[in-house]
Amino acid sequence: VEQSPPQSPGPGKAGDAPNRRSGHVRGARVLSPPGRRARLSSPGPSSSSEAREELRRRLRGLIERSRVMIFSKSYCPHSTRVKELFSSLGVECNVLELDQVDDGAKVQEVLSEITNQKTVPNVFVNKVHVGGCDQTFQAYQSGLLQKLLQEDSAYDYDLIIVGGGSGGLSCAKEAAILGKKVMVLDFVVPSPQGTSWGLGGTCVNVGCIPKKLMHQAALLGQALCDSRKFGWEYNQQVKHNWETMTKAIQNHISSLNWGYRLSLREKAVAYVNSYGEFVEHHKIKVTNKKGQETYYTAAQFVIATGERPRYLGIQGDKEYCITSDDLFSLPYCPGKTLVVGASYVALECAGFLAGFGLDVTVMVRSILLRGFDQEMAEKVGSYMEQHGVKFLRKFIPVMIQQLEKGSPGKLKVLAKSTEGTETIEGVYNTVLLAIGRDSCTRKMGLEKIGVKINEKSGKIPVNDVEQTSVPYVYAVGDISEGKPELTPVAIQSGKLLARRLFGASLEKCDYINVPTTVFTPLEYGCCGLAEEKAIEVYKKENLEIYHTLFWPLEWTVAGRENNTCYAKIICNKLDHDRVIGFHILGPNAGEVTQGFAAAMKCGLTKRLLDDTIGIHPTCGEVFTTLEITKSSGLDITQKGCG
Amino acid sequence: TEDRAGQRDYDLLVIGGGSGGLACAKEAAQLGRKVAVVDYVEPSPQGTRWGLGGTCVNVGCIPKKLMHQAALLGGLIQDAPHYGWEVAQPVPHDWRKMAEAVQNHVKSLNWGHRVQLQDRKVKYFNIKASFVDEHTVCGVAKGGKEILLSADHIIIATGGRPRYPMHIEGALEYGITSDDIFWLKESPGKTLVVGASYVALECAGFLTGIGLDTTVMIRSIPLRGFDQQMSSMVIEHMASHGTRFLRGCAPSRVRRLPDGHLQVTWEDCTTGKEDTGTFDTVLWAIGRVPDTRSLNLEKAGVDTSPDTQKILVDSREGTSVPHIYAIGDVVEGRPELTPTAIMAGRLLVQRLFGGSSDLMDYDNVPTTVFTPLEYGCVGLSEEEAVARHGQEHVEVYHAHYKPLEFTVAGRDASQCYVKMVCLREPPQLVLGLHFLGPNAGEVTQGFALGIKCGASYAQVMRTVGIHPTCSEEVVKLRISKRSGLDPTVTGCG
Repeated sequence: VEQSPPQSPGPGKAGDAPNRRSGHVRGARVLSPPGRRARLSSPGPSSSSEAREELRRRLRGLIERSRVMIFSKSYCPHSTRVKELFSSLGVECNVLELDQVDDGAKVQEVLSEITNQKTVPNVFVNKVHVGGCDQTFQAYQSGLLQKLLQEDSAYDYDLIIVGGGSGGLSCAKEAAILGKKVMVLDFVVPSPQGTSWGLGGTCVNVGCIPKKLMHQAALLGQALCDSRKFGWEYNQQVKHNWETMTKAIQNHISSLNWGYRLSLREKAVAYVNSYGEFVEHHKIKVTNKKGQETYYTAAQFVIATGERPRYLGIQGDKEYCITSDDLFSLPYCPGKTLVVGASYVALECAGFLAGFGLDVTVMVRSILLRGFDQEMAEKVGSYMEQHGVKFLRKFIPVMIQQLEKGSPGKLKVLAKSTEGTETIEGVYNTVLLAIGRDSCTRKMGLEKIGVKINEKSGKIPVNDVEQTSVPYVYAVGDISEGKPELTPVAIQSGKLLARRLFGASLEKCDYINVPTTVFTPLEYGCCGLAEEKAIEVYKKENLEIYHTLFWPLEWTVAGRENNTCYAKIICNKLDHDRVIGFHILGPNAGEVTQGFAAAMKCGLTKRLLDDTIGIHPTCGEVFTTLEITKSSGLDITQKGCG
Repeated sequence: TEDRAGQRDYDLLVIGGGSGGLACAKEAAQLGRKVAVVDYVEPSPQGTRWGLGGTCVNVGCIPKKLMHQAALLGGLIQDAPHYGWEVAQPVPHDWRKMAEAVQNHVKSLNWGHRVQLQDRKVKYFNIKASFVDEHTVCGVAKGGKEILLSADHIIIATGGRPRYPMHIEGALEYGITSDDIFWLKESPGKTLVVGASYVALECAGFLTGIGLDTTVMIRSIPLRGFDQQMSSMVIEHMASHGTRFLRGCAPSRVRRLPDGHLQVTWEDCTTGKEDTGTFDTVLWAIGRVPDTRSLNLEKAGVDTSPDTQKILVDSREGTSVPHIYAIGDVVEGRPELTPTAIMAGRLLVQRLFGGSSDLMDYDNVPTTVFTPLEYGCVGLSEEEAVARHGQEHVEVYHAHYKPLEFTVAGRDASQCYVKMVCLREPPQLVLGLHFLGPNAGEVTQGFALGIKCGASYAQVMRTVGIHPTCSEEVVKLRISKRSGLDPTVTGCG
């Protein structure tokens, strides 16, 4: 194991053998004038953060200017092996012996921030971080090293990004701002129903944007009902027109697609509407709609291909069912709909469809909103149930048959119980599958260059700097393993990745306390831990959970139900009652949750909640007056008002 | 006094059954004290009166937010066809129906407050109180019956009432105030709102929103004390949505015309020119005066400010008399906000009877103005930050954004704007946050906590957004005013 902890002085204490600075490599340049101790950080009384910044810049400079840069220690046998390897290849290296410079320990620290590698040797070839001794030899054996050693200019691009979704685009734009030559490949493989879309990925085309707009349309239906209570007068039964809504939403999406293309063009990012597939190290084959193939090379790659809806693998599913890929641009009203699944996608879609007055059934295999707080999930479900959505729990479809063609047609669904032998049949106009999503990582030649994927999930394991098992290949967004599948997360990680790759910053993406909101008819916003997760991590006796039901002021006059909206926080008693979980079920939950998420970043405690003055009358203020603990068992129903 | 064997009637007597007073009473009762609340609503000059709960419940936050909601629903009805709902436009609005629904809700709250007092064994007197001496208060009931109440501790929480411009001919006879508007049985019709306070703008906003011809007359600056850039954008938005503004004008008289309309004469303060207009209703919203005059404070020796007549208190809410305290709008130099009064009251009672020493922190109180485009803020305004720290030490990050829901509805988002005022020196402590847009109250609440926690710009930026919301714009603020770059948000990134 290569190990040289930053603080160990080592045998080659500087000063006793000045000539050792030059190392063993033929022709290696010495980085300091002979007879003087080398320093990379400028001496003087400047503040430590400034000095560190300066040091980082200098290291960047060394890495960028050297064909091969080795950070080494003169006594380290692994460093020696690496130096000998390059020597045997006849390659001139820049070597910095960290044990022979004054600030070697600092250099090593900064290096570990840049590369996530704490040990020496730390090897860079043509700006790409190869790794330590083992990785360098692996790269040599796989031919990657030779490839890397080819002149930098041999690459067509500094960075090629595969996938033009939220993560890919943010990474591309940031890299371009930093002056890099960037290409984005984006290609939408049509859904089994033939749906396809423009640049921008899931969020813009078949995710957050259209779903929030359809959610808004459904909320407007509720607002119309409310408005009569508030004095607005109309007698007619208001009908909803699916085509009008969908057209308006698709127009908005087209304008976003166009906006993205424009913004790439403005930043001189090359955009190619083609499918990318790795063919060898640093080389990708791109195939356009017409089947024409082109090859491009790049020094570094980012994979941001995202995910697509999963199918059941039963008879008739791909022929007759639709997914969220199809729903938002469906040219006709889906009619009576069966939604299969209990993911947030399933519940959101079922929610707005029911909001338009459609007959909607959700078929659930086991639990609602897996991974979310289950108390909240059940409340989300029961609100939907009270508002007309039917739930079929513990059933899975086994066969889909077409009874009639049409727009929509008629489908027969055969389902069986997950607990017994019972089967049921139902007839629907539309069956929407929302049972999960699969990573788009299997047909892009990752195995050709050795990028490891999780064989089961298809996700790409990355380290905390988004690096895959191949040093010059990174992954961001929904395909990276263990990361939240959320647009703002992908955007943030893509942007920070570009900044780190091209030397603008060291900041890593922080995946802790990522807030999110489920846009079901009654919105559910959360940040931090679910109650069951908190109990698992901290033990029940160390937690205090405060909760209350509440009645939004706007609901009173509207005659909407009391004791439905719910707020809950989970506090860690061992850590000053720090808030480790925040949950709200109510109108505008997303708007409410965001600021609390920022406060959680700053170490929000129960005491601070109590000390903060509410904004009256809002829903958010409920968190400033939480008094009842769950453990007390006291009644939280609101009788009357105030 | 009713001083039987050295015993006074109550441990605590609270004068005023508004948000602050009720909070005090309930808290003290919970701590096992013998408590009484006296509350009496002097009818407005127009004869409007209401039940227990004070300004917020009866003639403030609650009815105003509900009428604001009615106006917002009007906007949503106009959005609805864009989202596929086939509603024939225009949809008329019935004031009576709205007012009745709002008033019924308020009455249910009045009732709820009485029940709560009863549940906690707080004695409630519907009497008008004035001091007899420093431990005794005389109450007069509606029928004229008098009663004397004595207590060890007395909290004054009588709040304030709208100011009438007594120097203006016809103001008192023909004008109404926010004390009346929410209790009108009939639509106010074409309305002139006089004033530049948030009450003025909120009322004008919802009146416009439910389809009434509404004019606001402002003599000097709107929303004094608030960030002036935000304030001018609030006005800009209202003006572009149908509210008329008469800036730099002051009314001089109001007369009733033979046809029943009100003729208002005003003067343009710069040109000196007179002008007139006719309205159905004139609403004064030129400020509020503390309800201290009838309290006979001098009998108890409680000092008030000679300028404002508000009660002077120290940081423990104590007046010039050791066992007499004051909280809420009646106090000099305090934010006039319901949640502030409630918290101050509860903390006061915990200090009096609960052995606590926690003081109320009046800094960084968040608030929201419920104008048609809501304005939420916490912390310092930009001008205040610059005044305290100097231009060169302040960095302002800002963005013009477009709420997703506005796109399909084809709404104009010119005034949807957010700015964060920070210290320039890293880590750039956040001094103030200002948010103009839908649901500003909901957006602002959480960030108020962040600011309370001493959030830095860097920490806010490390917070991941919730997509797609308006509040995520706050955590995406990247453009500083100093940079001069275009702060318009484009796309999702």
